[in-house]
Amino acid sequence: MARYFTDEHEWIDLEGDTATVGITDYAQGQLGDIVFVELPSVGTMLEKGKDAAVVESVKAASDVYAPISGEVTEANGALEDDPALVNSSPEEDGWFFRMTVSDKSQLEGLMDQAAYKSFCDGL
Amino acid sequence: MSDDNDDIVQEIEQLPLDAWHHRKGARMVPFAGYEMPIQFDGIVAEHEWTRTQAGLFDVSHMGQLMLTGENVAEELEKLLPGAIASLKPGKVRYSLLIDENGGIIDDLMVTNATPWIEADEEAGTEGHWGDPAYYLVVNGATKWDDIAHLREHLPDEITLTHLDEQALIALQGPNAATALNRVMRNVIDDMVFMESVTHDFGEWPLRITRAGYTGEDGFEISVPAEFAESLCDRLCAEIEVRPVGLGARDSLRLEAGLPLYGHDITTETDPVSAELVFALTKKRREEGGWMGHEAVMKVFNEGPAEKRVGLSLEGRLPAREGALVFDGDKQIGRITSGGFSPTLGAPIAMGYLAQSHTEPGTEVEIEVRNKRLPAKVVPMPFVPHRYHRGN
Repeated sequence: MARYFTDEHEWIDLEGDTATVGITDYAQGQLGDIVFVELPSVGTMLEKGKDAAVVESVKAASDVYAPISGEVTEANGALEDDPALVNSSPEEDGWFFRMTVSDKSQLEGLMDQAAYKSFCDGL
Repeated sequence: MSDDNDDIVQEIEQLPLDAWHHRKGARMVPFAGYEMPIQFDGIVAEHEWTRTQAGLFDVSHMGQLMLTGENVAEELEKLLPGAIASLKPGKVRYSLLIDENGGIIDDLMVTNATPWIEADEEAGTEGHWGDPAYYLVVNGATKWDDIAHLREHLPDEITLTHLDEQALIALQGPNAATALNRVMRNVIDDMVFMESVTHDFGEWPLRITRAGYTGEDGFEISVPAEFAESLCDRLCAEIEVRPVGLGARDSLRLEAGLPLYGHDITTETDPVSAELVFALTKKRREEGGWMGHEAVMKVFNEGPAEKRVGLSLEGRLPAREGALVFDGDKQIGRITSGGFSPTLGAPIAMGYLAQSHTEPGTEVEIEVRNKRLPAKVVPMPFVPHRYHRGN
């Protein structure tokens, strides 16, 4: 399984033709205490760079953009009951949604773990 | 992800406690023209700490003004709708600057800071009140406009001093008095909510006011900027005290039902619609003589078309400033402040609704991203005030 990172602080796990998407530990730290996550419903066609989800912290609402294009196949129902999972386990249990990958070439140019770490260190 | 703070293009200044905040691990953001700490440990943790212990807030961005001169109280009464001349030395009042159209220019705290002059046996003088002085604390984002407004409308005989060498520290929470009492003995024992004293703590000349913006008991301490770090270290050495950022300040004041200038009250809103009639002293409502009296009394007598109310929302999704409020297809209001209440574990909001929909219990819907969220009008504060009013 390969994990990719975007400069919008999302991670993407690729397993076959399915991608699991979430936000990084750095992102949750910046957002602070998360109180609600609005996820796309199953069947939604996402377009790379367009709105995919909304994260509500105590402070503000922040958009999460689709890192790649594809169709949503599953949303993480656990976030409905416990949105703070995004704070406590952003890169595992706090995943956002799963989607198909329309165009694998969109993954090119995304960062791996090491590249993302140095990207964050430079912020 | 996008962030709201991306597009700030303005000169950002630093406040006296800037280095102290960095040492305490604050995340800094631009606010009201200054670098300010938005959070230290996390907004919810800081919010809960303030509700159970005592939070220390740096509010040095706010404007501290001293007004002196003959008849200063009478002159201030021409610009403020509250009773200032009858405010006794050491007493504090919430008031408003209002424009000719009845719009709110700012909300503020005014203290009768007239000093007590001790008896002087050598000079043969009895103890007596000195020259009248009034201490105003105004909002940070509006202080320059406030100063211009006051300067323009007060006669030249009134001296307005901007105390811009003073920091302002708020200590708020049920254990604020316990902690402050341990640091400075016998200073605040007899004080109740909305009273103010001066106190020389060693070489630090302080003004301590029992008031705040959280709904809790607490104090605001004006201190010369050069001693601000030492004072904060001294207070934070107490087991009950931790630094708290602007994020929790906002969620605390929202729970307390207190309006935020520039959001819940503006020059587009009047004190009657804003439910701030308590700031318009009855005698002064009747007698007038203050800027905006005619316009405000027209709304007062005819009844406002809309009023500021509290709203509690079902579910967990907060409604933010700018969200529209509906009854069926009809838009009947708008949200001016909204967020998630850490104390209640649910979203709350403040906004202006048509008079017909302001009764507590009225059910409405708030539109957030094309969804309608069920909400109900509720009385404010959302979380009861716990001011120290004495016996």
